[in-house]
Amino acid sequence: MGKEIEQVFQRKFDKVNSIVDKHERKVSNLIAILQEIQTEYRYLPEEVLTYVATALGIPPATVYGVATFYTQFSMKPKGKYIIKVCDGTACHVRHSEKLRYLVREKLGLDDGKDTTDDLRFTLETVSCIGACGLAPVVTVNDDEVYGQMTPEALAIVLDQLISEEHLDGSIEEKGEKTDGFPAENEQAHESDDGKGRQRC
Amino acid sequence: MVCAGTGCLANGSLKVYEKLRELVSEKGLLIDLDMTQDACGEAHSGESTAYGIGIAKSGCHGFCQMGPLVRIEPQGILYVSVKPEDVEEIVEETLIKGRIVTHLLYHDSSQGTAVKTEDSIPFYKRQYRVVLANCGRINPEDIREAIAMGGYYAIAKVLDEMTPDQVIELVNASGLRGRGGAGFPTGRKWGFAQGAKSCRKYVICNGDEGDPGAFMDRSVMEGDPHKIIEGLMIAAYAVGADEGFIYVRAEYPVAVTRLKKAIKEAREYGLLGRNILGSDFSFDITVKEGAGAFVCGEETALISSIEGRRGMPNPRPPYPAAKGLFGKPTIINNVETLANLPSIVLKGDSWFKSHGTETSPGTKTFALAGQVVNTGLVEVPMGFPLRDLVFEVGGGTRTGRRFKAVQIGGPSGGCLAEDQLGVALDYESLRKVGAMVGSGGIVVMDEDTCMVEVARFFMQFAQNESCGKCVPCREGTKQMLALLTKITNGEGTKEDLELLEELALAVKDGALCGLGKTAPNPVLTTLKYFRSEYEAHVFEKRCPAGVCQALKSYSIDPDKCRGCTVCQQACPVGAISGERKRPHSIDAAKCIKCNTCVEKCRFGAIIKE
Ligand SMILES: Cc1cc2nc3c(=O)[nH]c(=O)nc-3n(C[C@H](O)[C@H](O)[C@H](O)COP(=O)(O)O)c2cc1C
Ligand code: FES
Repeated sequence: MGKEIEQVFQRKFDKVNSIVDKHERKVSNLIAILQEIQTEYRYLPEEVLTYVATALGIPPATVYGVATFYTQFSMKPKGKYIIKVCDGTACHVRHSEKLRYLVREKLGLDDGKDTTDDLRFTLETVSCIGACGLAPVVTVNDDEVYGQMTPEALAIVLDQLISEEHLDGSIEEKGEKTDGFPAENEQAHESDDGKGRQRC
Repeated sequence: MVCAGTGCLANGSLKVYEKLRELVSEKGLLIDLDMTQDACGEAHSGESTAYGIGIAKSGCHGFCQMGPLVRIEPQGILYVSVKPEDVEEIVEETLIKGRIVTHLLYHDSSQGTAVKTEDSIPFYKRQYRVVLANCGRINPEDIREAIAMGGYYAIAKVLDEMTPDQVIELVNASGLRGRGGAGFPTGRKWGFAQGAKSCRKYVICNGDEGDPGAFMDRSVMEGDPHKIIEGLMIAAYAVGADEGFIYVRAEYPVAVTRLKKAIKEAREYGLLGRNILGSDFSFDITVKEGAGAFVCGEETALISSIEGRRGMPNPRPPYPAAKGLFGKPTIINNVETLANLPSIVLKGDSWFKSHGTETSPGTKTFALAGQVVNTGLVEVPMGFPLRDLVFEVGGGTRTGRRFKAVQIGGPSGGCLAEDQLGVALDYESLRKVGAMVGSGGIVVMDEDTCMVEVARFFMQFAQNESCGKCVPCREGTKQMLALLTKITNGEGTKEDLELLEELALAVKDGALCGLGKTAPNPVLTTLKYFRSEYEAHVFEKRCPAGVCQALKSYSIDPDKCRGCTVCQQACPVGAISGERKRPHSIDAAKCIKCNTCVEKCRFGAIIKE
């Protein structure tokens, strides 16, 4: 057992090692290194930060300093889907706060909590993603950009994601996680009839 | 050419692109644009077919509101809001039969007519495009298209015919001023760095574009990356640098990819690397990604960030031109500043000065957003009247509600009211009214916007982004935010108003870097131009725009409510309940006062107080 964990650790740091090497172990590449690590783990695990500090030969405090300075970095695990609601000026004056409420409501996130307990969804508020012409804007994992969003349209997008996650999710989770999701799916199904987007 | 700028991508332009390719190749008409010199449309390749259709992705056309945009060359026809379903018609009618699909054209509502080409659309008519000239017209991922449009001719001319001194002289004579915000004369800045003695020097392109509500730099980086590379090369040659960086904010992944690709292509063409074009000028560029910190747009903070440290500003002097990146003389210029350089070199300083005003020559791109009909990117000569930009180019307010204010220059800029709309868009005029050109973000607000809340919004932003190094900014923004929050909560007093103004002035004077120095601008301008709104909040406990949550409440008029359940379904938090065909009611404890029910109700039954 202990050995297995050690191996897992070793493998974990192999990855980190190769990232650090790729950036020539240069301190000036610290931000890029942390970015790549975060892409790998979806956050910056504490032990990895210490490891990076040792590898670069700088104090851990420096690495922590950088990791906490930039908003892109997270020291807490993030969800599989990262939903970014833009609250830049253009989106703000086109009422992006409604979208934020809706996401919180749909995902059951209280104020002050940004990631669902099952680590599936994270809500982030960002300041402008540069598509202000289409405000308000929401992105999912950075690759899906939704412009001119209304709460109704966003509800459909979210329902779709939630139901996909349910199909993916294991049976047991389905059992305990019925808090309102299936009902909402049905609703989306009805209101979106004719487009044939729902699978369930 | 199908627009593949971020805006149009979000509107689904990739699907349109794929569908076009599919249908055209089914007809056997698709040709590979690789063979053509001419960027688009009917191609002139040496193949036996005299007729063929090339399809390419382009950068942003600027008219994001109407995306996805498809442009047909050589006729210059512009189709707007194109959906995949429309593609078949475009192929059959326009591409094969040469006829125009009228319902896909832009409809000019002021004249009630359909408009065929870009130039005749009001949004474009008064624009003059230098920086954005190629955006939307070339495929940014193909260096040959950039070269076909005159790319890299300027650096060739510089290397061939000009000494570094002559380049600086030319830029000085053109009067070009930095487009990154402050408007410092570019040639003068270069002169400092050129004069500095050092074995190494660096040039940096500032693509951080932190202003929330601006996207000009993004569009240029995505739509015409080679122009920025060329501009940076000219700067490097002038000051004697052999290494350059382009710092792009993390939120712009498409820009990063396109820039990296462009740099790679330029290397392959011998336009970057050692002994460029047979001269003894050697130069290469690295793209550096930011990690989400507004203050990193400030030049000394940006340098710290490239060095891999926390992006904290440092007191100047020493200016980066004397002691910058890794302690060496460094020139930092904004994306748009650099993108102006090739044209200045090719067309000369008098051409450049023939546009804009005497003290602010040239053009400026603005990002038009907010509650305005035509959102998108515009490039107009400096000194353009703000009123015309909002009402003519922008087409006025979107919702039909009254225009209230326009915010210029982002968190460092100010809010202007109707009375200030006469102002000309140049550095001096804007500064005089308390705003600034800043990055060039212009956000239009209508009467549904509460100006106190807007001031609070910007202060929240400044407070989040304050790096914490200097006390006036760190504590000042916190206190101003607290005061503004108190006022929007309806708990403000007369003393609070006075204190707010006093604090704003103190922070403006006392802060270390531009962030803190300009953070009070939104407060000061709203206090100046919209004072009555502050007073309504403080003395009457009323929010005239009906925005501030603590000052309003919602209820349903039982006489008007028909029980249609629309509001119940629309309510994002489930605060409305009631049976079908019976008057509904709102649970005040759950209500988040988002106004959705008011917008949805067809019977005017929701009462907002
Ligand atoms: C808080 C702050 C944010 C800034 N953000 C940007 C930015 O996003 N992009 C930019 O080009 N300049 C920005 N600047 C201005 C830069 O410090 C610098 O003046 C500019 O890049 C110089 O280029 P220019 O002379 O070509 O304008 C910012 C300045 C401050 C104080
Ligand atoms: S303000 Fe939301 S994309 Fe720019």
